[in-house]
Amino acid sequence: MKEIKPYTLAVFSENTVGIINLISIVYTRRSISVESISASPTAIPGIYKTTVLSYSDRETMEKVVAQIEKAIYVVKAYLFTDDEIVHQEVALYKVPTVKLMDEPELEHIIRKHNARILEITHDYTVLEKTGHTDETEALFKELQQYDIRQFVRSGRVCVTKDPVEHVSVFLAQRDKINGITN
Amino acid sequence: MEEKITGGEALMRCLENEGIEFIFGYPGGTIMPVYDKLYDHLDKLKHILTRHEQGAIHAAEGYARATGKTGVVIATSGPGATNLVTGIADARMDSTPLVVIAGQVGTNVLGNDAFQETDFIDITNPVSKWGIQVRSAEEIPDVISRAFFIANTGRPGPVIIDLPRNVQVELMQWKGYKKCNFIRSYIERPVPDATEIALAAELLNSAERPMIMAGHGVTIAGAERELGEIAEKGDIPVAATLHGLSVLPSNHPYHKGMLGMHGNIAPNVATNKADVILAVGLRFDDRVVGKVSEFAPNAKIIHIDVDASEIGRAINPYLTIHADAYDALHALLPKIKVNQHPEWIKFFTRLERFEQDNVISSQRSKTAEGPMKMAEVVNKVSEKIDADAILVTDVGQNQMNAVRNFKISSPRSVITSGGLGTMGFGLPAAIGAKFGRPQRPVCLFCGDGGFQMTEQELGTILEYGLNIKIVILNNNYLGNVKQWQKLFFKARYSQTPLVNPDFVTLAKAYGIEGEDVADSNSLDGAIERMLKSEHTYLLNVNIDSEDMIFPMICPGDPIDKIMLNETEYLDLNIEAL
Repeated sequence: MKEIKPYTLAVFSENTVGIINLISIVYTRRSISVESISASPTAIPGIYKTTVLSYSDRETMEKVVAQIEKAIYVVKAYLFTDDEIVHQEVALYKVPTVKLMDEPELEHIIRKHNARILEITHDYTVLEKTGHTDETEALFKELQQYDIRQFVRSGRVCVTKDPVEHVSVFLAQRDKINGITN
Repeated sequence: MEEKITGGEALMRCLENEGIEFIFGYPGGTIMPVYDKLYDHLDKLKHILTRHEQGAIHAAEGYARATGKTGVVIATSGPGATNLVTGIADARMDSTPLVVIAGQVGTNVLGNDAFQETDFIDITNPVSKWGIQVRSAEEIPDVISRAFFIANTGRPGPVIIDLPRNVQVELMQWKGYKKCNFIRSYIERPVPDATEIALAAELLNSAERPMIMAGHGVTIAGAERELGEIAEKGDIPVAATLHGLSVLPSNHPYHKGMLGMHGNIAPNVATNKADVILAVGLRFDDRVVGKVSEFAPNAKIIHIDVDASEIGRAINPYLTIHADAYDALHALLPKIKVNQHPEWIKFFTRLERFEQDNVISSQRSKTAEGPMKMAEVVNKVSEKIDADAILVTDVGQNQMNAVRNFKISSPRSVITSGGLGTMGFGLPAAIGAKFGRPQRPVCLFCGDGGFQMTEQELGTILEYGLNIKIVILNNNYLGNVKQWQKLFFKARYSQTPLVNPDFVTLAKAYGIEGEDVADSNSLDGAIERMLKSEHTYLLNVNIDSEDMIFPMICPGDPIDKIMLNETEYLDLNIEAL
């Protein structure tokens, strides 16, 4: 039996149109459901990072990585299990203010979950919580009793625990081959 | 000197700078500004007008496969572009370098379902090596130079350029053309690891039953000489994949034939006996591997491939070398010791003789009367045609019989659709091969079904006065599907019998000579007349609808479970083994 568990894929690419499509077709071709996806510029000029979370087995995911790396403008793709990275998500909760006003437990809940209040209006209050999925989920469950109106969670972002920044090293090597000295 | 020119003119200059001889294409609405500029460049850029876009792209594939150069295709947007998709997928599977340029609606209406608009880049993303939409004329030289660099380096493949109409007419500053040779995110030629090469040599040198599997990558990298020398020096038999068949001449003592479903007995059986296998430039297609868990159980497999995603995809090799076949074999050659494996070589020879006596000789024998056997016809053509002929095939029984029975003398001489198995590939691919190699005879074998998928390209032959030898192995069936229906579907011939036109009369309508060949008594004369003709000549050969392609390894079976004919399997306990 192949062990199914969460895998985080970090794809570093040039900033060009269509990269997310090239990444996603490798998943859809194998019918792997994407749990979350997030993309943003990195500290390296011109390089973007797309982080994809999905549940699968290692053998399949290694083939996914190889096929994603085959895309011309993908610089590198790395596969991580949860213990190899520090990862985080952010969640927002919109709750009717009136419900919270009457609630003696509110302060306790916010403290317990280390949540933040982003905005309070007459009608609603927006709370924010960062953490792992189970943590943002736990707050969601507790807030359900207060008639929660909206709940949204971001895709996972992550940094590696590895001391070496492989992408920077790789790009430096490539630039050297091309005769560019920075 | 800088000057202002249109995007269309810039494209023409880029193609000239890349040294392009031929463009295979078909004009239409959104690509007209390009065709207008082409009108001024026809002295250098010869445009081949096919009769369908699919014909254009298969012709470009045939050209690329025969020459190793990049095939160039131009078509219009919408249906022009979508008609190319089969050829793009075919080229992707079979590592064929193409630059495909399609017109697109103007950027001001993109995304609005404009007339003849399709999202071509997204349609082709899963089946192309790279695709890009050009948004301004200024980008054209950079995009075109990248396109040619990407198409024909690393593992070659099709590259798509989507060219909106307004970009073609937009003015830009022409600053000259610089060929691309570097893209930082793309490693086109990985350097083979010296430790891995040394380990590979050690494995091969100490092996008792070593074997080389040669794939298309050997031809693409131009490593035929290195491969032959390693085989001779180390006394190592070579088995080829369908696309690797012309790495060595057919009569080379170390060429032991073809691997896979309809391959030769010796290489398939030997795969499961070998102790070390050097697999170069092949992707272990499921039709080569058969049942994965019983594939090469005794062998340490060394897999050399330039495409990292192929390494470990189908099977788990003992040692992987991520490199171009030439670089790897060139590094390996001096480390290979002069060696001898007389018993192992004899094993191959015995099985070759067994196959010759028990399968091939009866297939090639003269049919007394009436419809003939495919192998018999191919063998006869091969005996009579110039040794340096290029073999082009369509897909199916005709293809497997052609590659099993046609003798090859030089590299890049087998042009066929392997990975995608595209019926209709043959005729246009033969046209492209002839443009690429006008001095060499080009001989096409196809079935009556596949021929009719792209038969309109007879018009292209007519227009350009080409000399191609076309042999239709006509059994009035979709023969390979019929074979599977007979073997696996209780002989229920669902939708496989064909009612065919008179192919000779059809050819005549295009000014092409031809004749029907009813039986083996008229075969020799017909072949001689075909080969003597200085023009295209079509033989419509009467084939027995019961003729099947054997040996055969059924899908999912291990590769040493070989059907010799409809009822008999190879006995693995025979003395020959």
